[in-house]
Amino acid sequence: MERELVLSVEHLSGGYQAGGFLKHGPYEEVLHDVSFEVGKGEILGLVGESGTGKSTLAKLILGMVKPESGRIVHYSERPQMIFQNPYSSLNPAYPVSWIMEEPLRIMGVKNKEERKARVLEMLKLVELPDECLEAKPHELSGGQRQRVSIAVALIQQPKFLIADEPVSALDVTIQAQILKLLKRLRRELDLSYLFISHDLNVVYQLCDRVLVMKDGKIVEQGSIEEIYNNPQHEYTKQLLSAVE
Amino acid sequence: MKKRNGYLTAGYILTGIIAVFVIVGFFWKPYDPTAMMTGPKFDPPSLQHIMGTDNFGRDIFSRVLEGAGSTILISICTVMIGAVAGTVIGALTGYFGGIVDEVLMRLNDALTAFPSVLLALVIVGVTGGGKYNVILALGIVFIPSFARVTRTAFASIRDVNYIKSVRLMGANPLRILLVHMLPNTLSVLLPAITIGFNNAVLAEASMSYLGIGIHPPDASLGYMLSEAQGMLRLAPWYALFTGGVIVAVIFGVGLIGEGLQRRGKETL
Repeated sequence: MERELVLSVEHLSGGYQAGGFLKHGPYEEVLHDVSFEVGKGEILGLVGESGTGKSTLAKLILGMVKPESGRIVHYSERPQMIFQNPYSSLNPAYPVSWIMEEPLRIMGVKNKEERKARVLEMLKLVELPDECLEAKPHELSGGQRQRVSIAVALIQQPKFLIADEPVSALDVTIQAQILKLLKRLRRELDLSYLFISHDLNVVYQLCDRVLVMKDGKIVEQGSIEEIYNNPQHEYTKQLLSAVE
Repeated sequence: MKKRNGYLTAGYILTGIIAVFVIVGFFWKPYDPTAMMTGPKFDPPSLQHIMGTDNFGRDIFSRVLEGAGSTILISICTVMIGAVAGTVIGALTGYFGGIVDEVLMRLNDALTAFPSVLLALVIVGVTGGGKYNVILALGIVFIPSFARVTRTAFASIRDVNYIKSVRLMGANPLRILLVHMLPNTLSVLLPAITIGFNNAVLAEASMSYLGIGIHPPDASLGYMLSEAQGMLRLAPWYALFTGGVIVAVIFGVGLIGEGLQRRGKETL
C-alpha cells in the first residue's frame, strides 16, 4: 500500500561552512546520509540529545541551509516552522493583530476585511481571546505567545509544520495544553508535523512514529509502540532508561 | 508600568525652548541681524538690546537667532544625509553580509581613520566653502558612524526567529528590512541620531570658527564665536551668549539622547 506523503528526505547530508570572504574554513558535516518520510496526517517525532543535528535537519528541510548531497522533496506548499523560544518568534515592534495579518499581506491578500476575518477565525482556532489582538508580544504569557506563533504559522494554510522544541520553554501544565492544541489542529486542519524534541515523554504523548538521531545519523525509526516497548539500538535504550 | 524618564523630559523642555526661539527667529527678529548701528557700539545688554551690540552696533540677540537657526539647519541636514545613507549601507551590509559587507566596511574603516573635521576640510577644500558645501562635507563625514551602528543592529537581529519566520513565509528582502527590522533598530538608531546631531553642531562650529565654513553675511554660531573672540575685552557678552546657546543646544539634545538610550535598555 502506497501511503500519501508530505515530505520525503533521501540520503541527505549537510552542515556548515566556516569562514567568510576569501578564506574558506573547514566544512563541518552535521548530518550524514539521513533518509525518512513524513506521511500525510502523521506526527513524526525526532528525538536525540542536543547537538546531534536535529535543528540543522529542520533548517535543511526548510531551505535555510543548503544540502551537501541528497534530496528533499516537499509534497505540500509553504511548510512552516514553530520555534522553541516563543519570546523571539514574534516581532516585538508590532501588536498581535499586525503580526497575524502579515503572512496574509505577504501572500498578497489585499482586502483588509478578509485579512481581519481570517485572523479572527485563526484566533478562535488556537483558543485565544479577542483582546490579545491589541496586545504587544511582551504583554502576553509564554503559553499565549506560543499560541500566537502557531496561529501565525498556520494562517497561510500550510499542510506541513516543523515544530522545533515548541514546548520545552514552557511550564508543564502549559505544555500539556499546547500539545492538546497541536493534536486538535492536526485533526481539524489535516496537518502533518515533524516534531523535534529531546523530551521523550512529550514525544510519547503526541507522536505516531519516532526517529532516533545520534551524531547526525538516524539510528532507529519506528512506531511509538515499537520504539518505546522494544527498542533495538543501544542509544535508544539509553535514552529511554534516562526517562524512567 | 511606565517609569518617568527625567532625562527625556528635561531634554524635550530645553530643546523645545530653543526650538521655539529659533522658529520665531526665522520669521521675526527684533533687528536685521546684518544692519549696522542699530544702537551704540559695544552696548552692554539692555532693554533695547537684550544681548547687547557688537563692534558694528549690530544687535547680538538677532544675530544669535540667525546664527542658531543656520547652525541647527546645517546640523539637521548633515545628520539626515549621514543617517539615511548610513542606515541604507548598514542595513544592506548587516543583513546580507558577504563580499558587499566586507568591501563597504573596509571602505568605512578607511573613512573613519581620518579625523572627521580634517576629512570635511578636504572636501570643503575641493568644493569650496558656503552653507551647502559644508552640509555635504559634514554629511559624508557622518556616514561611517551611522553605517557601523546600524550594521551591528541589523546583523544582531538577522537570524532572530521572527525574521526567519517571515523569510519562510516568502517576504521579500526590502519588506523584511524596512517593515520588520527597521522598527527594532530604532532604540539604537535614535540615540545615535541625537549624538550625531551634537557632533554636527560642534563640527560646524569648529569649521566656521576656523573660517572654512559658511561665509558672511550668513551667520552661524561658530562663525560668530570667532568674531566674538576678537572683541572679548570690549564685548564679553557676545562670546558668552553665543557660546551659551551652543552649550544649551548640545545639552538639550544630549539629554534627549541619554533618555532615549535608557528607555531603549528598559524595553529590551
